[in-house]
Amino acid sequence: MGELEAEKHVQYILSVEKRKDDFESLLMEHLRINGAYWGLTTLDLLRKIEAVDSDEVVSWVMSCQDQDCGGFGGNVGHDAHLHYTLSAVQILLLFDRLDILDIDKVSDCILTLPGYKMKMGLFLAISGVKLTLAYSEALNAALLVHRFSYCAICCLSLLHHLDKINAEKAVDYIVSCKNLDGGFGSIPGGESHSGQIFCCVGALAITGSLHHVDRDLLGWWLCERQCKDGGLNGRPEKLADVCYSWWVLSSLTMIDRVHWIDREKLAAFILNCQDRENGGISDRPDNAVDVFHTYFGVAGLSLLEYPGLKPIDPAYALPVDVVNRIFFGK
Amino acid sequence: MSSSSSSDDELGGARIPIGQRPEWSDVRPVPQDEGPRPVVAIAYSGEFRETMDYFRAVYLAGERSPRALDLTGEAIEMNPGNYTIWHFRRLVLEALNVDLLKEREFVDHTASHNSKNYQIWHHRRWLAEKLGPEAANREHEFTRSVLALDAKNYHAWSHRQWVLQALGGWENELDYCHQLLEDDIFNNSAWNQRYFVITKSPLLGGLQAMRDSEVDYTIEAILANPQNESPWRYLRGLYKGETNLLLNDNRLTDLCLKVLKTDCSRVLALSLLLDLLCNGLQPSEELKEVVESMRHDRSEPSNANLAAVICSILEAMDPMRLNYWAWRRSNLPSEIC
Repeated sequence: MGELEAEKHVQYILSVEKRKDDFESLLMEHLRINGAYWGLTTLDLLRKIEAVDSDEVVSWVMSCQDQDCGGFGGNVGHDAHLHYTLSAVQILLLFDRLDILDIDKVSDCILTLPGYKMKMGLFLAISGVKLTLAYSEALNAALLVHRFSYCAICCLSLLHHLDKINAEKAVDYIVSCKNLDGGFGSIPGGESHSGQIFCCVGALAITGSLHHVDRDLLGWWLCERQCKDGGLNGRPEKLADVCYSWWVLSSLTMIDRVHWIDREKLAAFILNCQDRENGGISDRPDNAVDVFHTYFGVAGLSLLEYPGLKPIDPAYALPVDVVNRIFFGK
Repeated sequence: MSSSSSSDDELGGARIPIGQRPEWSDVRPVPQDEGPRPVVAIAYSGEFRETMDYFRAVYLAGERSPRALDLTGEAIEMNPGNYTIWHFRRLVLEALNVDLLKEREFVDHTASHNSKNYQIWHHRRWLAEKLGPEAANREHEFTRSVLALDAKNYHAWSHRQWVLQALGGWENELDYCHQLLEDDIFNNSAWNQRYFVITKSPLLGGLQAMRDSEVDYTIEAILANPQNESPWRYLRGLYKGETNLLLNDNRLTDLCLKVLKTDCSRVLALSLLLDLLCNGLQPSEELKEVVESMRHDRSEPSNANLAAVICSILEAMDPMRLNYWAWRRSNLPSEIC
């Protein structure tokens, strides 16, 4: 098994942040804050976060905040969105700079952000007024998308404001999407998919509702994701992809069944997806690298306890020491 | 789409910059705010930058006009992943009370190169909800065309399932699943959809009524490719919660026997057999003999129960999941064969 080219990956991530005239940057500009989260978390896992100027980063993150509602957009001047607000909060936590936020304001706004499906005709106005019945109905409809449900629950939990959400309703809906194979789809009856499973299991973990998961049944479905090449796929009969090293592995970790896969073979697969010359990790061996897969590869290796990496929390997708700081103080 | 679109010269020439179009002469474009201390200077193409500058202008002004609609169309062509533009477009569509069938044409066109874009699927759903049940057929045609290029596209399947439940169109769905499985018997999404149809379609009798024929269908698929994970799972799904029915259906043990007598791809058959034993199956002598003949040298002593023997075989045959099979072995029910 080859080595993790830690230094090369650090350089790769730093170069991505500095890219000036890249077509890819142009397309990704609306989700730059996601990219920043992936890059910075990877640096922290590699114990190299001091390679960036924290003041600069924090300042840029704050410039993505919508001053009216308190949420964050994907880049400067963009509309606030749930996905990006979570990334912003996570980045601030990496640098222990949550103090810069008006936490109440951000928490209040999370439930009003786009990122929810809205019932026809309902327009969610941003106000400090108590929730009307219609608004609550919209919220309940809104929690119908696991990706967003997970983002909201994760974000509010990190801000110590999980009380703002109707966790029971969120959990009920997640449970209704549980399939016979123990996995979760996007809607009741939807195909079990590792990405959906991560969002659902993560949300259940954070809200203390993991008892709804049949760990043995789901554990078996998840460990069956391991392919002959050692990598993990997202659904039966699909190809292995490094990103599932996160979605599947974190799910297995949360339900305490990581030992059901062959960890060495998975680590070897991830390491094989590195670009050893220029740094970065790709979805599968010999493909082009990107920040997304670099993060998932390193995060996966962290869950596999690869030496030298900081441990990562499988539910919050942040280094364990950062999560401990949030919940147990310094 | 509005006929005043200037995005393409009618004679097929170059795109006219927005700043040179007479209908935009009254608008001052708003440049991107890079923030107080820009960490990254992003260089955009001139066209993109200009389009976004004009978009920002109409967005901040809250304009709801045909030219604003056209502009979102241009911006979406350049960057279909941007949530803000789509959101604004919906506001304009509602304010102008636009013919939504025309809007559907626009979405069809945009979606043709972007089958994994969340924003487009979200917009499609919004549109279909507004159009109502008459939209069902068109939506099914659309997802069918996406699935023709990628038969496992998760967005397409989610959308298709939503349309079926919200707007209808179940008539040909089982047949469609069959077609997809003929194309690729390993398509897990198609197997999942089949289960969705037989359990939820108001036109079929439900799982009870469909079970028998589905078991035959599935067994045929398994025998053709015993290493195919999906039909084995589907088979289990047909009997979920009905342990007695499961144990009394001889077709299942016959299937396991058939597969075990072949020389390859026996892991999934052994796995099902293990589950049957754990549920109380009394194995035939023939079954016991076939399993015995597969025993590894260093496995259980010959008086071990069949289930434990199977676990040992699986530990050797499926070493990647060694710990799983070892755990199964340590967790067998007490009264087991």
